[in-house]
Amino acid sequence: MLLEIKDLYVAIDGKNILKGLNLKIDKGEVHAIMGPNGSGKSTLAKVLAGHPSYEVVKGEILYEGKDLLELDPDERAREGVFMAFQYPVEVPGVSNSQFLRLAYNEKMKHLGGEELDPLEFNDLLKEKAKLVEMDPEFFKRSVNEGFSGGEKKRNEILQMAVLDPKLALLDETDSGLDIDALRIVAEGVNQLKSEENAIVLVTHYQRLLNYIVPDFVHVLAGGKIVKEGGKELALELEEKGYDWVRAAAQ
Amino acid sequence: MSTSAGKETAFNAEFEKSISASDQPDWVKEIRREAFADFVEQGFPTVRDEEWKYTNVAAIAKADWTTASGIVDAGLVDLERDIFDEIGGGNRIVFVDGVFCGDISVLPEGITALHFSEAYDDEAFRENFSKIADPRKNGFTALNTAFTGEGIFLSAEKNSKVEEAVNLVFIGLSESAGFPRILYVGDTGSEAELVEHYLRVEEEAYLTNAVVEIRLADEARLVHTRVQRESHAAFHIVTSQTELGRGSVYDNTNIHLGGKLSRHDLGMGFNAEGAEGWIDGLYLVDEDQHTDTHSRIDHRIPNCVSHQTYKGILDGKSRAVFNGKVFVHEKARGTDAYQQNKNLLLSNDARVDTKPQLEIFNDDVKCAHGATVGQLEEEELFYLLSRGLNEDLARNLLTYGFAEEVINKIKVASIKKALDEAVLNRLHARLDA
Repeated sequence: MLLEIKDLYVAIDGKNILKGLNLKIDKGEVHAIMGPNGSGKSTLAKVLAGHPSYEVVKGEILYEGKDLLELDPDERAREGVFMAFQYPVEVPGVSNSQFLRLAYNEKMKHLGGEELDPLEFNDLLKEKAKLVEMDPEFFKRSVNEGFSGGEKKRNEILQMAVLDPKLALLDETDSGLDIDALRIVAEGVNQLKSEENAIVLVTHYQRLLNYIVPDFVHVLAGGKIVKEGGKELALELEEKGYDWVRAAAQ
Repeated sequence: MSTSAGKETAFNAEFEKSISASDQPDWVKEIRREAFADFVEQGFPTVRDEEWKYTNVAAIAKADWTTASGIVDAGLVDLERDIFDEIGGGNRIVFVDGVFCGDISVLPEGITALHFSEAYDDEAFRENFSKIADPRKNGFTALNTAFTGEGIFLSAEKNSKVEEAVNLVFIGLSESAGFPRILYVGDTGSEAELVEHYLRVEEEAYLTNAVVEIRLADEARLVHTRVQRESHAAFHIVTSQTELGRGSVYDNTNIHLGGKLSRHDLGMGFNAEGAEGWIDGLYLVDEDQHTDTHSRIDHRIPNCVSHQTYKGILDGKSRAVFNGKVFVHEKARGTDAYQQNKNLLLSNDARVDTKPQLEIFNDDVKCAHGATVGQLEEEELFYLLSRGLNEDLARNLLTYGFAEEVINKIKVASIKKALDEAVLNRLHARLDA
């Protein structure tokens, strides 16, 4: 089992967000976490990535059988956890290629792999950039600075491609994307999907799931999973809205 | 070191010795005497003075300073070779302990560079020396003027373009007070670049008290960079004043890294229409360093542009003061003035006192100003951590990102590199993608 979440309670600023969440994810699977606003789906992604604002009150998260909560966010990343941000941060003065090479080499160092010099890395980056149809001109630009919403999201997927995570959490990656950008991002993710990784799509809308087809759909309401099913469940939600699941949960 | 107050008179003997040994013309000696009288009268500034409220120079006032002889030991010349390599470029005008040293200087080409004793008959020198920076501004400006010795007079000819940046190198060597002085006059349509490097050899407790006067005639352009890397035991006090003619452009960047206590009084005045001035700065201090920038920009006439961006990074128990005054005088319609001071605190013990100040006496203007003091954003830090960068690296990158806007103005590769290193410290080797 890649990830196993048992009876998870999470609070932020003393307010409980997740209240007894259970979830199992294995390699080779695509999971969609859906739910109305405020249901706690982004919280789940952030807790897994190690965001410092969230407090795990109770419960357990096992990642490859080990306690994930013991690891700092950077250690988790080097162990293969990746979160694509809903609002990627701008880092002025540091180019995309510098930043990604630092991240890549930190991971390689940790895993005992081969670190790359700028030239070698540039070749890798060019290759990966094709996945998200990104112009190499973006490599020289400061990380996310002056990028459009769509460019930022594509850049997140480029980072995912370079860092090759085992567990990829895509937090509202579809928000703010026009249909063309959505298609590019989704195709990039589909190409990165493998038997060696798991992809978790956190999303409010079904739209993204037309392009990245999930194996499992989990509906979150009131801080726990209230309904689970296959890809059909997403369509049902699209049609009926979230009220019926909320009602069913009570 | 003595602790009695009123040490101004301690400079009496040094001053009398200096002026009686001088073969300067009477008009120069007269300016010096007046300045010294003024220094004795107003003394060193104290914290009771509004302009010096946050910067206490009592340690300077109390010390028994000797003034530098300016005689350079032959052995030191070799020691300084490393310094010169770092500076790069084909020329260097070197001051040791505030005194111009011809022996180890290589004068620039394409521009007239005279030491003051060669310049006293020059018309532009006579018209401008001590006319741009008012010696009465404060005790330090007065004291520098009183101790005028071998400064450097630079003059760029009409419509000339000086190809290579002119390097002014100030080396603090011994525990003494140095009074370097520069006068730059750019004639109509001239273009040049000046770089001031303030450096130390050892961590000595010396005083650099410099005055830099600049006049740009119509359509003249000057890029002017100051990089202050003094000893962390040293006092660094500089007055610079620039006067701008019609359509002239002044692009100034000030980097403060060194000094136990540093203070820069920076002035810029617009005297004819269509001139533009950029005054930007970065101070990066740590431990118990104290840095203070007081600027004053005078829009006296219509249709000029001034832009000022100052950034500060403070760690340890360091302290920074920023006070920026922009005066838009009654006649100065069409002024475009922008001023900003942003500070990043890396420690809970660091402190910033910032006060941007606009005084506007004309309605038809575009003016904006602001100041911020903050810490690294948690969300930004988390973003970098979530990509597997360790915390030191992540903090360094974000800090660099904060300073980058100012650092990237610096075009001289060797200085840019030294700055990158200072800001990124151990990170540098891995960032050169």
